[in-house]
Amino acid sequence: MIHLPITKASDRHFKIDPNDAPVADLREELFQLEKEGELEVIRVPDNHVELMTKYGRMKKIPIDKTWHHKSCGQCGHIPGYSTSIFWLNRQFGLDYYDPTDQTSCTAWNYYASATSNPEAQAAVAVRNFAAAHEVGYFPLIHCGTSFGHYKEVRHALIHQHDLRRKVKKIMERLGKKLVLPEEIVHYSEWVLAMKDRIAERQVIDMSNITATVHPACHYHKLIEEDAIYDSEIYGAQRTAIVTGTLEALGINVADYSTWFDCCGFGFRHILVSRDFSRSFSVQRKIEVMKEEVNPDVTVTHDTGCVTTLDQSQFAGRAHDKKVGIPVMADSQMAALAMGAHPYKVLQLHWHNTDNKPFLRKIGIDVDKVWGEFQAECDKIKSGEKNFMTWEDADN
Amino acid sequence: MMALDLSQNKHTDVSFEEKERLFDEVKSDSRWDFVLNGCYECGICVAACPSARFYDFSPRVIAQAVAREDADLVYTLMSDSIWDCSQCFSCDRCPRQNSPGQIITIMREVAVKNGLQTAKKALEGYGRIIYKIMSTGSQVSPDMLQPDAFPDWGTHVYEIAENLEVWRKALPPETLHTTETGWKIDKKTIIELYLIWHMTGVMDLIEGVDEGLFMILVDVMEERLEEAGYDDITFD
Repeated sequence: MIHLPITKASDRHFKIDPNDAPVADLREELFQLEKEGELEVIRVPDNHVELMTKYGRMKKIPIDKTWHHKSCGQCGHIPGYSTSIFWLNRQFGLDYYDPTDQTSCTAWNYYASATSNPEAQAAVAVRNFAAAHEVGYFPLIHCGTSFGHYKEVRHALIHQHDLRRKVKKIMERLGKKLVLPEEIVHYSEWVLAMKDRIAERQVIDMSNITATVHPACHYHKLIEEDAIYDSEIYGAQRTAIVTGTLEALGINVADYSTWFDCCGFGFRHILVSRDFSRSFSVQRKIEVMKEEVNPDVTVTHDTGCVTTLDQSQFAGRAHDKKVGIPVMADSQMAALAMGAHPYKVLQLHWHNTDNKPFLRKIGIDVDKVWGEFQAECDKIKSGEKNFMTWEDADN
Repeated sequence: MMALDLSQNKHTDVSFEEKERLFDEVKSDSRWDFVLNGCYECGICVAACPSARFYDFSPRVIAQAVAREDADLVYTLMSDSIWDCSQCFSCDRCPRQNSPGQIITIMREVAVKNGLQTAKKALEGYGRIIYKIMSTGSQVSPDMLQPDAFPDWGTHVYEIAENLEVWRKALPPETLHTTETGWKIDKKTIIELYLIWHMTGVMDLIEGVDEGLFMILVDVMEERLEEAGYDDITFD
């Protein structure tokens, strides 16, 4: 019998070599299809940063000229999420586009009810990509599910000629081209790419904060080779997304045993079987975080995850469960660190779980900032203003 | 919790030929070759599965049933278990690169397309969501935040419902001042979405699973399509 030398886990280092990747680089096939006239590739703009993916391939993350593919859940129920993304872009003076020529990816409905099909899903995706390309911007996807789904759609369109033919025909009827982006990029990758610039402009000390991170399933489990990893974060054994951003802000990111579990969203469950969503979210995520870490906040990067982890805690409290962890998106944390208003920009009044203890811990006078927001609402109610402007949000 | 009955005599009212026909439809899906490579029965998918913790549900059973080409069992699963899946794709960590979650996506689609009674039942109460996404282009909207819709989200929902109009205007991005959709969506964009639903057969699929909903959608879409100059929306 051969006895291999035993190495302590902490001494083991995994060298990532893209040449050893178990999957091919999809971009090579994508550009080949373009050469053959099958489709057109939307190039990542020149102003980009490269981040490493799971198997070592470098992924281009655009910094500006971004077309913001908004999220149903974020815009509908937690609008401070997307507002914070826009606010960050504005703070850095970046050229971004907030389109009205955009539909949902419709994947939430597809995963929930199956009342669609691959042709429809691919056509919706390509229609949105084409809308971005027509105005000269690059799609930046806000929702974790849209991101995962679009990666799947791109994979299918590259590998399935028949699907490509059908979608191309549909696009022709709409007067559009069959276009696919060189990279499918999630907004949290943009935040990660911007982390050092954000940290340079940080005005709120967060070094006394402990956070847990929930990586969104559809971010790192669908087409896993396209998620961002970093040797310095968990030894590149799990995605660096969100964690890398929080560490740059000086936050202590604490580990917990159920990090891989989903949030409980379940797509159809959050809408029509919420007993599952509530129970899973509280018992497998929030209570575990509370018992093992007791964090000041938990941070994630997807529509469904913020909603489920946050809203489910109300029922948990009614059943004397160990709950009470505020839930935010990384974009909100980054904006907050740079001094964004907790209500005018982060719009924390749309969240459910009490986040005031967290805000007070980082030195924010909660009554004062709530009063400032209420003053803006009063102006709208009285007709003095039609709506709150970006300038109002920064005053 | 109801135990999952995997016995083969559960659906004796359905002929074996019909079960085989449905299974063949599952296997003929263009994604089929990418989602099943055999099964070690290692159970890694079950260990990672959130639904397996709360329901009598197993992604391993799904993978095994389809790998063994057991049309009876596949029909049983298609009539019940598949709707418990959370579609999180945690099961994608399968060492054989199976995707039980994707297999379920295909099975659900076949169940809906063929108007299985169990699919109709699974979608009960879900029609308003399908209506929203298909007719407006965004799945959830601020005006859904009403206490009767989300009683388990607590008093916070009352506060949002009471302040909805003002709070939406107190959002700096102008595209978010909407209440009936998540964001402002162009009329032209909605028309293009309607055309996609028609051209890809999704309207036919809805007709098969919920005729009432289909009629409402047709009413809404026809009017807008006609306004946009699409009198004839027949596509080859």
